[in-house]
Amino acid sequence: MLDPIILIPAAINGLTMGAVYALVALGLTLIYGVLHIINFAHGSLLMVALYAAFFLYRLLGIDPYLAIVVLVPVFFAAGYALQRSVIGTSGQGRDQNVLLITLGVSIVLENAALYFFSADTKTIDTSYSLEVVDLGVALVPLPRLIGFVAALVLAAVLWALIARTDLGRAIRAVAKEPHGATHVGVDVNHVFAMSFGIGTACLGAAACLLLPMFYVSPHVGNVFVLIAFTVVVLGGMGSFVGALIGGLLIGLTESLGGLLFGEAAGQLGIFLIFIAVLLFRPTGLFGSRLA
Amino acid sequence: MTSKTPHTSRRTILKTAAAGAALGTLGAPAILRAQAAPIKIGVLHPVTGPLSYSGTQSRAGALMAIEELNAAGGIKSLGGAKLEPLLADAQSKPDVGAAEVDKLNEAGVAAIVGPYASAIAIATTAAAARYNLPHVVDVGTVDTVVTRGLTNTFRFSPGVTKIVQFGLESLSKINDNAGKPVKTVFIVHEESAFGTNTAKVLNEELPKLGFEVVETVKHANPTRDFSNIVLRIQAKKPDLIIPANYYDEYVLFTRALRQQRVQTKGIYSILGGGASSYKFVKEFPDAANYVMDCNHWFDPRKAAAIALKEKTEKKGLFFSYEVFLNYNAVMYLADALERAKSTAHDALNASLASSTWDKHILPYGPTKFVNGQNTGAQPAITQVLDKDIKVIYPLAFSSGNAVFPMPTRKT
Repeated sequence: MLDPIILIPAAINGLTMGAVYALVALGLTLIYGVLHIINFAHGSLLMVALYAAFFLYRLLGIDPYLAIVVLVPVFFAAGYALQRSVIGTSGQGRDQNVLLITLGVSIVLENAALYFFSADTKTIDTSYSLEVVDLGVALVPLPRLIGFVAALVLAAVLWALIARTDLGRAIRAVAKEPHGATHVGVDVNHVFAMSFGIGTACLGAAACLLLPMFYVSPHVGNVFVLIAFTVVVLGGMGSFVGALIGGLLIGLTESLGGLLFGEAAGQLGIFLIFIAVLLFRPTGLFGSRLA
Repeated sequence: MTSKTPHTSRRTILKTAAAGAALGTLGAPAILRAQAAPIKIGVLHPVTGPLSYSGTQSRAGALMAIEELNAAGGIKSLGGAKLEPLLADAQSKPDVGAAEVDKLNEAGVAAIVGPYASAIAIATTAAAARYNLPHVVDVGTVDTVVTRGLTNTFRFSPGVTKIVQFGLESLSKINDNAGKPVKTVFIVHEESAFGTNTAKVLNEELPKLGFEVVETVKHANPTRDFSNIVLRIQAKKPDLIIPANYYDEYVLFTRALRQQRVQTKGIYSILGGGASSYKFVKEFPDAANYVMDCNHWFDPRKAAAIALKEKTEKKGLFFSYEVFLNYNAVMYLADALERAKSTAHDALNASLASSTWDKHILPYGPTKFVNGQNTGAQPAITQVLDKDIKVIYPLAFSSGNAVFPMPTRKT
C-alpha cells in the first residue's frame, strides 16, 4: 500500500474530494463569520440545491455546469429571503434561538423533499459523467477535476468580494462590530441577509458541481454537513482560505488514512487531525477572522 | 283487586319481552357479520433516513397485499374481518424501530410486518417478543433474526447463511462450467449487521470451495467515495469482486469501477444492493451489464407474480425485492390468520409456525418452519443481460446460461 503507484492516485483522490468539502464549507464559514450562527440548515439547503440542479437537467435539459448561472442568483435570493424573513426575525438576536430555528428549517426541508420527491436516490447520467482525465500517474474523473478547479476559483472570488468591494467592507465591519457598523450607516439587517444569501449562493454552485459525481436524495445533506462543519472549524470560522485548505487537508487525510489503515480509520483520522489542530491552534488553522 | 290506573300486566310485559328477544336473536347475527372488527396489522419500515427508498418500497408491497386481501373479502374465518394497516416509521434506526413496536402493541395490533433492515429487525423482534406479539420479518437477512429462540419471530424468505451457501454453490458450478477461470476473490461489504454477517460467512465458505479471498473491505453507510477501495482492487487484481451493500453505495461503487477502467472476470454480488434491481439496470445500463447477483427474486413462471409486477410498475414503482417480499409476508400472515381463526398471540404464533402455505410467488421449495425460519426459502442467481434481469439458478426457474467470465470491456 505504500507503493507510489497507489499513494499518488489516493492523494489526488483525497484532494479532489477535499475540494468538494471545501465548496460546501465556504458558504458555511461566511455565514458563521458574519452572522455568528451555526447554520444547521446548510446540509438541507445543499440538498434542495441538488434537487434544483437535478430537475433543471431532467425537465429542461440544462447541463449542471451551465445551471450554475441560474442557481447561484436563485439561491442567493432564497438565502437572503430566508435570513431576512425567517431566521433573522424569529431569532430576535438570540444565538440559541437561531440554532434551533436553523435546525427546524432543516427538518422541514428534508421532510418536504421526502414528501414531494419520494425517498429514492436520483442521479443524472451525462455524456461526461464517466469520463476520466489521464494525468499519467492517475485517472481522475472529469467532474472531480472540474470541481477542484471550481473550488479554487470560488474561494478566490469570495476572497476578492470580501477584501476589495464596498459590500465586502460592510460585511467585515458588521462581522467585527455590528453596533459600531450601524453607527457609521451600515444597514446591518441587509448585510446579514446579503451574507446569508452569498452563503447559500455558494451552495447553489456546489450543488451544480457535485451532481455529476454524486446523487441526490432527501438525506444527502447529512452526508456532507458534518464534514463541512469540521472543515469550517478546522480552517478557522470565517476564513475562506481556511475553508479551502481545511477541506483539502481533510480530504487528503480521509483518503490516505483510509488507504493505509482501513476505511473506518480514514473517518477516524479526520477527527484526530481536527482535535490535534484545535489543541495547538484553538481558533483553527487561519484563525477566526473574515479573510 | 282491580285498580283504576292503567297499567300493563306482568303477562304482557313477559310476552313482549319474549317476542323482542326472539326477534333480537334473529337480527343479531347479521349485525355481527357486518361489524366484524378490523384486524390491525403493524406495517413498520424505515421510510425516512438512509434506507428510505427500501422502506417506502417495502411499505408499498405490504399495502398492495392488504388492499387485495380486503377486496377479496378479508379474513373469512374471522367473519370477513378486514385488515387495517397501522403505518409506522423506523427512521432507519434500530432504537426507533423498537420504540415503534411498543406503540403498535399499545394500539392493539395482531401482528407486525417489517422492518426491512437486518439491524432494525434484531431490535424490533426482541421488542415484540416481550409481548409475545407475532412478528413476520419481511427481508432482514441476518442470521441472528432466527437464532435467538424467539417464538414470535418468523421469516418466510432466506437468511444470510442460506443465501451465501446457495450463492457459492452456484458460483462453483458457473466457474466449473467455464473452465475455472476464477481463483481470487475481493469482498466489499457495508458495515452494519447484514454486510458484516455476509462477509464473515463468505470468508468461512469460499476457501472450502477452492477460492482465495485476497482482501475484504468494509465501508460505512453512507459512503461518499469509493475511489480508494477501487484503488485497492486495482492493486490486488482479483479475478472476481463480491459486493454486499445497499443501493446508493452499490451505484457509487460500480460507477467508480467503470471510471477507473477496472477489468475483472466478473462482479458476483451476494445481496448486492443494486445488482438485481430494475432501477439500477434502467439508470446505469452500462455499469450494470453482466453483473450477477445472488438475491431475493420472484417466480417468473407464476401468473400472479407477473400480475403483481405489472400492477407495481403501473404505480410508477420499480418491482424490487422489497415490494414482493412484503407482499408475500402479508399474504403468509393472512393465511395464518385464516387457519388460526383467532387474533390471539399464542394462536397466531402457532399458526405461523405450522404454516405450509404454498400459494406464494417465490421460487422456493415446500414451506416448512423450523425455529421461525422457512426452510423452503432460497435465493436466485440473476444476471443482467440485454438490459434485462435473467434468472440463472435455480434451474427450474432459469432462462438460460450465465455469460461468464464477463467479456473484456472496451476502453
